[in-house]
Amino acid sequence: MPLLDFRMTQGAFALDVKLDAATGGVLALFGRSGAGKTSIVRAIAGLARPTAGTIKIAGRTLFDSAAGIDVPATQRRIGYVFQDARLFPHLRVAANLRYGQARAGRHGKGIEFDAVVDLLGLRDLLARHPFGLSGGERQRVAIGRALLAQPDILLLDEPLASLDAPRKAELLPYLDALHVRTKVPIVYVSHALDEVVRLADTLAIVDGGRIAACGALADVMSRLDLRPLVGRFEAGAAIDTTLLRHDAAYALSYLAFGDSEMAVPQIEAEPGAFVRVRIRARDVLLATQRPEGLSARNVLAGHVVDLIPETGAYAELAVVVGGQRLVARITRAALDALDLALGSPVFAVVKAVAVERIVRSRDSSGRNAG
Amino acid sequence: MPDFTQAELAAIGLSLRIALTAVAAALPPAILVAWLLARRDFPGKALLDAAVHLPLVLPPVVVGYALLLLLGVRGPLGAWLEAQFGIRLVFTAAGATVATAVMVFPLLVRAIRISVEALDPGLDEAARTLGAGALDRFFTISLPLIAPGILAGAVIAFAASLGEFGAVITFASNVPGETQTLPLAIYAATQSPGGDATAAKLAAVSLALALGGLVLAEAIAKHMRKRFGR
Repeated sequence: MPLLDFRMTQGAFALDVKLDAATGGVLALFGRSGAGKTSIVRAIAGLARPTAGTIKIAGRTLFDSAAGIDVPATQRRIGYVFQDARLFPHLRVAANLRYGQARAGRHGKGIEFDAVVDLLGLRDLLARHPFGLSGGERQRVAIGRALLAQPDILLLDEPLASLDAPRKAELLPYLDALHVRTKVPIVYVSHALDEVVRLADTLAIVDGGRIAACGALADVMSRLDLRPLVGRFEAGAAIDTTLLRHDAAYALSYLAFGDSEMAVPQIEAEPGAFVRVRIRARDVLLATQRPEGLSARNVLAGHVVDLIPETGAYAELAVVVGGQRLVARITRAALDALDLALGSPVFAVVKAVAVERIVRSRDSSGRNAG
Repeated sequence: MPDFTQAELAAIGLSLRIALTAVAAALPPAILVAWLLARRDFPGKALLDAAVHLPLVLPPVVVGYALLLLLGVRGPLGAWLEAQFGIRLVFTAAGATVATAVMVFPLLVRAIRISVEALDPGLDEAARTLGAGALDRFFTISLPLIAPGILAGAVIAFAASLGEFGAVITFASNVPGETQTLPLAIYAATQSPGGDATAAKLAAVSLALALGGLVLAEAIAKHMRKRFGR
């Protein structure tokens, strides 16, 4: 995975990037448009040149200004999937797919044509020219083409950004399966938090040409100090859980995390499945006593571990429940009325219907734990 | 089908040969210059651009005269060519070819430059990340994609080559069987008594070749557009 420490200027924009994400899996580079995400992946791929510093990927030094190392883009073995796919218009899909494969030479990783074609559902497209493909199909071909070049790492630069909602929904399952099935580490660039929560294991937040934070997705998501960068509306915790059982009578499913459990609308998966839930801060109520006669299904006991009393109407709190952090946004008036402070025991109330559920494969759960 | 005399057939054959050779010879440097003008910034770029276009705006006779000064027997380049290689361009088919190539060069550059400018540089970046070196990228990505421009330019240049008159007659003169191409033969025929039939026949051939060239160029462009979906 990337080990970045470099400076770069892009016109008037200066980047100072320090990133050490040694965990493997899917690393998301998240940030607003213009934060410098694309510049970072272009530097990794060798399409843009830092002024100074080092870039190391998968144990290989690709750039080191002090040592005079600057591996050309053609030799970097970095799979780059561009936002606009960039398929070669004069070549059929099959020839596009084989373009990088034919030039991979000796450093083959055993990523095979048929496996990639099946993984990305490209079988029926092979004989077609790129111009007849939909946006989602183009991106799938672009991903396949990059994979078949046998890369050490795959960079996906906002692959969904140019697609409409139905095309996004069509492509997302392929992205889910991508790392799990190929084992190629992925850097996923996005400004859409829902994509990041769905796909990433590690989250790096890019802001103003710098890495503002980097860590496990759940940890970074629940950090209150990063709220302004994530966006208030989107803010919330991501918690990895295991599916315990279904309640068929009420069409509910129960999820376990730490020593707590939570009811959510029924999930289409077998017990034991790995489920990531996203609970937005604005959907969490706090109570100092266990509330009775409530419609909300989930009343979770915990205590306050972090607290930002803003000057406006809101206050942000982080509450540890079952070993996982939840984030709650309440009014400042409520904060004072309930007399909440660091360490205060609280009950977090979460409506089952407000929980966003993402079923992930067992492989990624296993990797996540490791 | 009208009957052609030996001399008329010679003029037609010579015209085709000179036009083909001139276009073929001018094509590689035209691709290079079009590429430089479309993609690179360098000192003297405006000057190169202007120099390339000169044959288009100068009277062809002036171009022929300039070639005579440069490549003539006493010209600096002409004297060197003759001393080193024994090549004499004045009054030869080779000279007519050079004059024709210089005249159609700007047509080629313009057509190719437009397709180079329309080429998405992002495709080149994509090919780089896929491990393709510079020459590899040129031949597998750029060249096929600018091929429609090259072909269209080449066909137009070929048609124009068949009609090149001023520069050829000034530089290479009007030698039957050696430098007397179609337009020169037509000119000679109109100058001689009883040459009307020859002039008319050769003019008809010129018309047919030019028209055929234009139709072919359009057909190629259409086919390419369809293939690339643009």
